[in-house]
Amino acid sequence: MITTLISNVLILGGIALLAALALYFISKKFYVKENPLSEKIEKVLPGANCGACGKAGCQDFAKACASCNREEFADLYCSVGGDETMQKVADLLGFKAVSKTPQTAVLKCNGTCENAPIKLQFDKIISCRLANQISVGQTECPNGCLRLGDCVKVCKFGALKINEQTLIPEVDESKCTACGACVKICPRGLFEIRPKSPDGKRVYVACSNKQKGALARKNCKVACIGCGKCSKICDLIKVENNLSYIPSDVSAEKYGEELVKACPTGAIVMTNNKKEQ
Amino acid sequence: MNTFSQGGIHLEKYKVTADIPSKEAGLPEFVSIPVKQHIGTPAKILVKKGDKVKVGTLLADADGIVSADVHSSVSGEVVKVEETEGASGYFENMITIKVEGDEVEPEIDLSSDICSNIPENPQEIIEKIRKAGIVGMGGAGYPTPIKDTLPEGKKIDILIVNGIECEPWLTSDGRLMIEKAEEIVIGAKILNKLFGIQNAIIAIDENKPQAIEIINKITRRYVGVNVRVCKTKYPQGGEKQLIEAITGREVPSGKLPMDAGCLVQNVGTVFAVYEAVMKNKPLYERYVTVSGDMCKTPQTFKVRIGTPIRFLIEQCGGFDNNIAQVVLGGPMMGNSIIHMDAPITKISSGVLLLSNEISHRPEAMDCIRCSKCVDSCPMGLRPYLIGIYTRNHMLDELKDIHAQDCIECGCCAYICPSRIPLLDFCKLAKIELRNKKG
Amino acid sequence: MLKVSTAPHMFTPQDTKSIMRDVVLALLPAACVGVFNFGLNALIVIISSVASCVMWEYLTVRYLFKKNSTINDFSAIITGLLLAFNLPATIPVWMILVGSFMAIVVGKMAFGGLGKNIFNPALVGRVFLFISFPVQMTMWMKPNWKDFLNTEIQTGATTLGILKHIDASSSATSLTYGNSDLSNIPDYWHMFIGYTGGCIGEVSALALLLGGIYLLHKRVITWHIPFYYLSSVFLITSVMWLITHDIKYDPLTHLLSGGLMLGAIFMATDYATTPMTQKGKIIFALGCGILTVIIRLYSAYPEGVSFAILIMNAFAPLIDKFYYTRVYGTRKK
Repeated sequence: MITTLISNVLILGGIALLAALALYFISKKFYVKENPLSEKIEKVLPGANCGACGKAGCQDFAKACASCNREEFADLYCSVGGDETMQKVADLLGFKAVSKTPQTAVLKCNGTCENAPIKLQFDKIISCRLANQISVGQTECPNGCLRLGDCVKVCKFGALKINEQTLIPEVDESKCTACGACVKICPRGLFEIRPKSPDGKRVYVACSNKQKGALARKNCKVACIGCGKCSKICDLIKVENNLSYIPSDVSAEKYGEELVKACPTGAIVMTNNKKEQ
Repeated sequence: MNTFSQGGIHLEKYKVTADIPSKEAGLPEFVSIPVKQHIGTPAKILVKKGDKVKVGTLLADADGIVSADVHSSVSGEVVKVEETEGASGYFENMITIKVEGDEVEPEIDLSSDICSNIPENPQEIIEKIRKAGIVGMGGAGYPTPIKDTLPEGKKIDILIVNGIECEPWLTSDGRLMIEKAEEIVIGAKILNKLFGIQNAIIAIDENKPQAIEIINKITRRYVGVNVRVCKTKYPQGGEKQLIEAITGREVPSGKLPMDAGCLVQNVGTVFAVYEAVMKNKPLYERYVTVSGDMCKTPQTFKVRIGTPIRFLIEQCGGFDNNIAQVVLGGPMMGNSIIHMDAPITKISSGVLLLSNEISHRPEAMDCIRCSKCVDSCPMGLRPYLIGIYTRNHMLDELKDIHAQDCIECGCCAYICPSRIPLLDFCKLAKIELRNKKG
Repeated sequence: MLKVSTAPHMFTPQDTKSIMRDVVLALLPAACVGVFNFGLNALIVIISSVASCVMWEYLTVRYLFKKNSTINDFSAIITGLLLAFNLPATIPVWMILVGSFMAIVVGKMAFGGLGKNIFNPALVGRVFLFISFPVQMTMWMKPNWKDFLNTEIQTGATTLGILKHIDASSSATSLTYGNSDLSNIPDYWHMFIGYTGGCIGEVSALALLLGGIYLLHKRVITWHIPFYYLSSVFLITSVMWLITHDIKYDPLTHLLSGGLMLGAIFMATDYATTPMTQKGKIIFALGCGILTVIIRLYSAYPEGVSFAILIMNAFAPLIDKFYYTRVYGTRKK
């Protein structure tokens, strides 16, 4: 009895020891040396792997940071972590951190169910990208939001959700990191990354319709008809293809209210985050 | 009986118009002719508002190689050259013509005599095909002259004329084969001459006995053209499936049929080739089936390109509020359309009026792993896996299981008992793979 | 208002619900034979098994997953029926409750519900009961067509039990297995129509075959798994029988007795737990057949269908990984 026990213990113990030794040598032999700096950088990064920086993921970004020089570092920016993270990375590298205004995604369509009534019914189409291929959309606006929420699905930060009243997506600025995933996925290019202006005010054209005025208005009350009234207020505003574009350097503080008042259809929208808070 | 080796499904056929002779649709008040009815660059517009045109007048000229000429299908006055609403609701460049009389360009031979003296020079043939603005009429709309000009070093040894109409309801190709049998055979001979081969095969599915009989009788008089009967199975008419069914060869993944030494042309295209080469007649009319379970009097029409879809529906009993969906093309691969004033184009083979019962897509449920999608996929793909990988954005895995080889036939989505939109996932997978590459 | 949807615009009339309904219909003849054979007891077992499976499914989905209940997809009813088919008619009702808990909650819902389970839920329930309560699970009632109310219950060994016993008694350790000798083995006709002892649903090969033909006709299952499963068992035992001429290898007895028909037609064809491709299904079925024969002939248990299917269930994902359809256009020259 006792000999059986001892032999069992010995055999099993022996196997365990051999396996442990094998593992030890294998791990030593095949150890992949990584740049310790890039590992450190990776630790301060957000780890969202969103690809906003243009790299394949956070690890890739960290590697790029670790192996770059001073000039190249200026081009690397993690919009998710923002200035704070970049300061930490810069400290690790001993470079000077670049500072950028925080940005956010903006939806350039205001085709809510009130403004743009549904004219045909989508029957369980699973993606905006497919719907865009086969049909003009429920509101019949060829440039408007398709309301199927590809952007919501692609957002890794939960910053987008479909508003149940309006049926179009809404950006939660506090969560949006301006990673640009929604810009890439939207088949109609309705998202734009714009700076969160320091004064909390922002003015932009919430429409992307390039049709002529009458046609645009047929499907949506708040369509931009390209009348050009806004471009007379500020030189920076350009009207192209029946669509006005307000660049982000048009001061919302200075022109905002005037622009909103001047727009005959209400396509120009001003947000004022300070008031809301 | 020839058929492809794996997958495929048996569909309810609903071919109610198969034995009804086709009818001239007549002339509408206005026709709108899109300048892009093919894959590639839109044609350059040559006319302007106020111009008088005749049937067969060139309206727009092919722009570059991957493009096709567009001809007027009626005589009258150009009233509008601008963006007009197309069938899907998007605006496209169209030439709208007010119909006045029916005057035909003088060089077009409208007689129904059969001409069989084929020009000797292949260059002359291809030039005539190009001038007629012929595109693939099976549905893809690839300009035919490019398909017919082989690149250096490529050789084909077999021409397959695709007379298989595997989609339910559609009978436009079937009617064409019965009514224009000899023309199609001569068309095949013309293409034979173009490629310097003596081996054209007209593939017909077994549920068209009348067409098989007629064409069989005629091919006895023409050397180098043969009929091959194929099993009625969907998607027998798919290019790759047909090549496998007839020759046993496979088109390598990501390659063209010519890499397997084959060329597949739809019977409609072959008929258009005959008319272009022998009669100098450009492609300005085609056969269109108007059918569907909500259609009161289904009918196959001979329609001028540009005729509003509404004009056809009205001749078939009109529009009715119970119609839930209007589909341009077949029910398996066609598109839902919303705008009835949009025109019939070179690639529209049918207009289907469907009820809610037929077209309703129930809520998707969980996959029960019944493996019906795998068993039915004619490409040997695993659609359930494509669905899972697409939902999870696993692009490398999608590539490994050849998601890009999907031919979008819709067998998987048709057969799925849980009503999972598998075809949508396959299409999304292809979009994502393409985006990743580009 | 016109609808817009992606292609295809028509669908097969067969959906998940109709498939499940067809399976329930296909199981009915076997249930009838069971009730006919074993009387009221069998009816009670079937009803309580179905009811408790549906109950467990409802409770888990409603209160654990907090979703709309999925009991109207009939799948719990099938699990309940199959579980009852795998139980002897004399089993107490509380055991059925435990068995159905194992089947539905552990066997199915723990993996995420319909279509996500690795093992056949009914077999999970049965094997759990079989190992936990071996005495009650092997009390086989003798069939009695005249005695519906079960006034006198007689128990005895199943055909396979008798065969096993012959094997056992030839060695030194003799088991006290009822009154079993060769004369108690029923003839082929009785085995075929089901006048023999055993689990409620497994006795009648005829009723099960009828159900199988119905499922094939409705295109719910393909012929691959039942055919390869049954023929592999038949072939292996035939070869052994031809060599030894020993009655315990008799191929027809092996084909017609025990849970083989039920397993091959209804359990091994369960969608969720079998491979997705036809090649994979054939390998799966052959594996089931070989394991069944091995367990029947060389293990301590007289019957091996449940274990064989459960073991092959575990291999199904692996089979899927290595055996799949060849993609068109990838033929090597």
